[in-house]
Amino acid sequence: MSRIATTFDTLKQQQRKALIPFITAGDPSQALTVPLMHGLVSAGADVLELGVPFSDPMADGPVIQRASERALKNGMSLRGVLGMVAEFRKQDTTTPVVLMGYGNPIEAMGWEVFAQRCAEVGVDGVLTVDFPPEESHDAFEHLQRHNIAPIFLLAPTTNETRIQQVAKLARGYVYYVSLKGVTGSGSIDLSAIEDKLPQLRKHIKLPIGVGFGIRDAATAKAVAKLCDGVVVGSRIVQEVENSTEQNVVANVSELVRELRQAIDQ
Amino acid sequence: MRRRSRHSSKRLNRLTYNFPDSTGHFGQFGGTYMAETLIPAVEELTAQYLRFKDDPEFKAELAYELKHYVGRPSPIYHAKRLSESLGGAQIYLKREDLNHTGAHKINSAMGQALLAKRMGKKRVIAETGAGMHGVATATVAARFGMECIVYMGAEDIQRQAPNVFRMKLLGATVVPVESGSKTLKDACNEAIRDWVTNVESTFYIFGTAAGPHPYPMMVRDFQCVIGNEAKVQMPEMIGRQPDAVIACVGGGSNAIGLFNPYIEVPNVQIIGVEAGGYGIASGKHAAPLTANAKVGVLHGNKVNLMQDENGQIIETHSISAGLDYPGVGPEHCLLKDIGRAQYVAADDDEAIAAFDALCRFEGIIPALESSHALAHAIKIAPTMAKDKVLLVNLSGRGDKDMNTVAKLKGITL
Repeated sequence: MSRIATTFDTLKQQQRKALIPFITAGDPSQALTVPLMHGLVSAGADVLELGVPFSDPMADGPVIQRASERALKNGMSLRGVLGMVAEFRKQDTTTPVVLMGYGNPIEAMGWEVFAQRCAEVGVDGVLTVDFPPEESHDAFEHLQRHNIAPIFLLAPTTNETRIQQVAKLARGYVYYVSLKGVTGSGSIDLSAIEDKLPQLRKHIKLPIGVGFGIRDAATAKAVAKLCDGVVVGSRIVQEVENSTEQNVVANVSELVRELRQAIDQ
Repeated sequence: MRRRSRHSSKRLNRLTYNFPDSTGHFGQFGGTYMAETLIPAVEELTAQYLRFKDDPEFKAELAYELKHYVGRPSPIYHAKRLSESLGGAQIYLKREDLNHTGAHKINSAMGQALLAKRMGKKRVIAETGAGMHGVATATVAARFGMECIVYMGAEDIQRQAPNVFRMKLLGATVVPVESGSKTLKDACNEAIRDWVTNVESTFYIFGTAAGPHPYPMMVRDFQCVIGNEAKVQMPEMIGRQPDAVIACVGGGSNAIGLFNPYIEVPNVQIIGVEAGGYGIASGKHAAPLTANAKVGVLHGNKVNLMQDENGQIIETHSISAGLDYPGVGPEHCLLKDIGRAQYVAADDDEAIAAFDALCRFEGIIPALESSHALAHAIKIAPTMAKDKVLLVNLSGRGDKDMNTVAKLKGITL
C-alpha cells in the first residue's frame, strides 16, 4: 500500500484527522528545508506538502508569492527539490511527501523524467495547481506508471460533473479549496464547507483534505471535524518569514504542535 | 496531438484551417491550464460566447457600436512618401490608430463588454501593459456603466503615465503591481488573482489573443474585423490583395486579427514582428517565436515561452511596454509550426528609427509597438520590386509614448 493510503488508514483507525502543513522548498534557505520537514513531522504533521517555487504563482497570495521569490533567489529548482526529498527519505521512510506547484517547471523537465525521479527519491503525490484534469492526460499517465498519486483540487465553484471527473483520476487524497480566492486570503466559511462536503463524498471515496484560509488552531479544529485532513499553508509560511534562520525550525514546530493539539482534541 | 511541423502554405490552402478544436487547442498549443476555481468560469464563458457570437441581435449591436462609437471601418492609407524614400515595395497602413481610444484594443474590449452585459456582470477587470487595453476597457466600462479595475505593472505605470491618467479620468481604478518584473506578465498574474477571488461578479476582459480557452479564440474573432475589412479594402484600392501582411506580435491580438482572415488566401505572405529588445543574441528581448523558445505553460495556455532551463519564466525587455511579454498567443505558435506565418524580430533601435520615419515622412505618430511592424516593412521594402505591396497594421497611435521617446532623445518634457 502507498504511504498516503497507509497514513490515512492508520489515522482512521485511531479516529484522528490528518494535519498537512505546507512549506516552500528553499525558504528561508536550501539548507533549512530538510530540517524543517523533520521538524514538521516531529511536531505532528502526517503528510508534508512541499512547494516547488515558480516565478509566476498566479493562484497564491502575497505570503506564498514572497516565499517563492525568496526560494528562487536562493537558487531553488525542481531538480533541487527532488534532491531534498531524497535527503529527507534517508531518515524518514514513512511520512508521505506531496510536491505542490505549477506545471511549467515539470513541463521543462519532462513528465516522464520527473515521474521517474519522483519514484526514485520517494515523492508520493504531485499537485499542479494550473493543470486541471482536462490537461493532465500525459502527466497522469507518467505519474500512474510510477505509482505517484496525482492530487487534484476541488473548489466551491466545482460542479457535480467535474467532481465525478476528478473522482475518476484522483489518487491519494483530494484537496478541497475552501474559498474562492488565492492562498492566504479571506476567512473560511465553515457552513459552506459543511454544505459542500456531502456532494463531494457522494463521488469521492478518497480522503478529503480542506485548505485555504486556515489561520489558527480553533479554525483547524473546526475544519478537522468536517473532513479527513487539514491543510495549512500561508500561516506556516508566514511563520517562516517572521523567524530567523536560528529559530525557524523551533518556531514552525511550535505552531504545528498547537495545530496538532487542537485537531486531536 | 502533435502536428507535422512543416506544411507548405500551398498544402495548407487545400486543408481547411479550423482552429481551435472544441477543447480550445491549436494543435499542441493553447488549452485551459487554470486553477480549479476558475475552470467553471471559463467553461461558462465559452458556453455564453458560443451562444451569442452568431446571435443576430448581438452581432447587430456589436456592428452598431463598432461603426458609431469606435469609428470603423478604419481606413487603409498608402504611405507614399515613406515608400518612395525606400525605393522598393509600396507600404500601406491599416489605420487602427484612428479608432476611438487610439488602438485596436477597443475592438475586442467592446465585444467582451457586450458579452459581459449579457452575462449580467457588473464588474470588469483587465491587465494592461502599454495601457491601451486598460484605456479601452475603462472606456467600454464607462460606456456601459460597469465598475472597472485595471492591473498594471509598476514599471509600466512609470513609462505610460498619460494612459494611467486617461484610465482614471474614465472612472477606472488602476492598481499598481509591484511583484516580479512589474510589467505585463505580473499584471496578468494579479488580474487572475482578482478573478479567482471575485469570480461570480466579475468579467475578465482579457487584452490579447492568449490565455485559457476561449480567450485566444474569442479575442481573435473580435479582432478579425481588421483583416476582414482589409480584405475588402485592398482590392478596392489596388485591385488585388497585398503581397504580405505585417503586424507586431506581443501576445499578438492585432496580428491575429489581421492574419487570420488571410490564412487561406493564397500568395499572401504573413509576417509577425516580435520585440527584439537589445537584440536576440543579447537574450534581453521579448521574441519567443523568433528565438525558438521552448514550449511551456503560463497564464492558462501552452505556448512558446521565454524561460530558463528550470522552467522559470525569465524577465523580458522591450522598449514598448505592450510587447514586453514572455509568451505569445497559441495561434501564432501554430501558424509558425505549420509554416503558414513567419516570425521575425525588430530591435529597440530599429523600432525607434521606424517611429521617426513615419513621423517625418507621413505625419503619423505611431505607437512604439506598431513601430516594430513598420521597422520590418522598412527593412524588406527596398529589397522588393516597386509594384509589390506590404500591408502593415498600424495598431495604435504613439501619443502615449511621448515620455519614453523624449527620454531616449535626452529631452525633458
